[in-house]
Amino acid sequence: MSGGLEVLASGPLATVQDLGRPGHGGWGVPGGGAADRAALRLANRLVGNPEGAAGLEVTLGGLQVRAAGSLVVAVTGARAPATVDGAPVDHRAAVRLPAGATLALGTPPTGLRSYLGVRGGLDVPAVLGSRATDVLSGLGPAVLAAGDRLPVGAADGAVPPVDVAPRRDPHGGEVTLRLRLGPRADWFPADARSALTATAWTVTPDSNRVGLRLDGPPLERAHDDELPTEGLMAGAVQVPPSGRPTLFLADHPVTGGYPVIGVVLDGDLDVAGQLRPGQRVRFRAVANRDLSTAGGVGT
Amino acid sequence: MRLLPYGDRGVLVELADLDAVLGLHAALAADPPAGVVDLVPAARTLLVRLDPAVASVAAVAAAVRAVRPVPDVDRDGGQVEVPVTYDGEDLDEVARRTGLDVDGVVAAHTGQTWTVAFAGFAPGFAYLVGEDDRLRVPRRDDPRTRVPAGAVGLADAFSGVYPRVSPGGWQLIGRTETSMWDPDRAPPALLTPGMRVRFVVAS
Repeated sequence: MSGGLEVLASGPLATVQDLGRPGHGGWGVPGGGAADRAALRLANRLVGNPEGAAGLEVTLGGLQVRAAGSLVVAVTGARAPATVDGAPVDHRAAVRLPAGATLALGTPPTGLRSYLGVRGGLDVPAVLGSRATDVLSGLGPAVLAAGDRLPVGAADGAVPPVDVAPRRDPHGGEVTLRLRLGPRADWFPADARSALTATAWTVTPDSNRVGLRLDGPPLERAHDDELPTEGLMAGAVQVPPSGRPTLFLADHPVTGGYPVIGVVLDGDLDVAGQLRPGQRVRFRAVANRDLSTAGGVGT
Repeated sequence: MRLLPYGDRGVLVELADLDAVLGLHAALAADPPAGVVDLVPAARTLLVRLDPAVASVAAVAAAVRAVRPVPDVDRDGGQVEVPVTYDGEDLDEVARRTGLDVDGVVAAHTGQTWTVAFAGFAPGFAYLVGEDDRLRVPRRDDPRTRVPAGAVGLADAFSGVYPRVSPGGWQLIGRTETSMWDPDRAPPALLTPGMRVRFVVAS
């Protein structure tokens, strides 16, 4: 261990995250990991870590950590104003954190989740190959609390000579997510399928890392049969009997019993992971391949 | 077998019954096609997750179609014995609903071989299917906010053991000391799809 972070304040919710624990769905374990994977990857690259090293996911700012030993850190994702011992420091840039210095994050004006990469990565114990906290399954380290001490691993390789990485801040207004209809789109009448893409859905406050609950006109079902439990993955838009969809995120349940009307594309999940309660979201359906005649020709 | 698209990272394979699910799952788990990163078996479906950087949905769909399911006789998921103390809070209710008395419920639960159909709900929570419908009961109308770890329950066609304290709506008939989930064990889940389970009365 080359140092550590002492948590002075955690804000509304701060967790340790990496790129998750894929490959264990058959044991009831979801993928988990950072809700905005691109932001965590960038934070790690900026401090010279492998992209999958563990960092902190900080929801709506409020984090204060003190460095035990000299550290190099980077803040990415939602632009929470960052200070070191009160002096402002750059977003999306490697920042030296001298021993005993305190890094504090304010509330980001847009977006929900900021990421703190630490050179060497957070060296908390891994569960099934991942250090990520899964708030639904209870795997990984506990949600951060004041007084926690997080060990930092040894770093190798150089810090890349990047002043500031240009990347767009999360959008604060209405966003559009691409989705493919299915697998259970046929459980809904045509008007419900058009309502899905015609509606500006509102993200409700009871959203979290498990999923975004969306408010809008309830989607009707074509029939009331029970769907046998089936597998779920991040991006799935599931419609419970209330007719108000849930868009599942990283800590989704592995299986569910309500029909999934469509699935958000992998490339748009990081955007979904930054949506705040009250924000509007639209879905744009993109073409689906017909799998009924899937041949050997890869595309 | 019907293949349904699941976004750009998955294929949901719809099958005739649980045996077909387990047969296809066993074949794909033994020799996963390129790009397949996870398999989630369920009652009538197998969700095949893929890495879009390695293989397309169409290529994985074609590979799944080409797989020969492992026939039931070749499946060797192993067998495990789970000792149960039958003193669950819903035991009388289950006896009433099934028309069996309490001893009859215990005899039916211990007297058949259960098969792990799939996992879900929580790490290590296995959905077990039995050999007959004697113990088929609905979920509780009013789910409990706190079910203790090790609680043995029934719901619909399934039996299961809660791996840790959690909310839950299953009818509780007993409890076991056997650990369903231990991250330090390999594999951490005691019960994995295809495995056979016998419940016995704890001595």
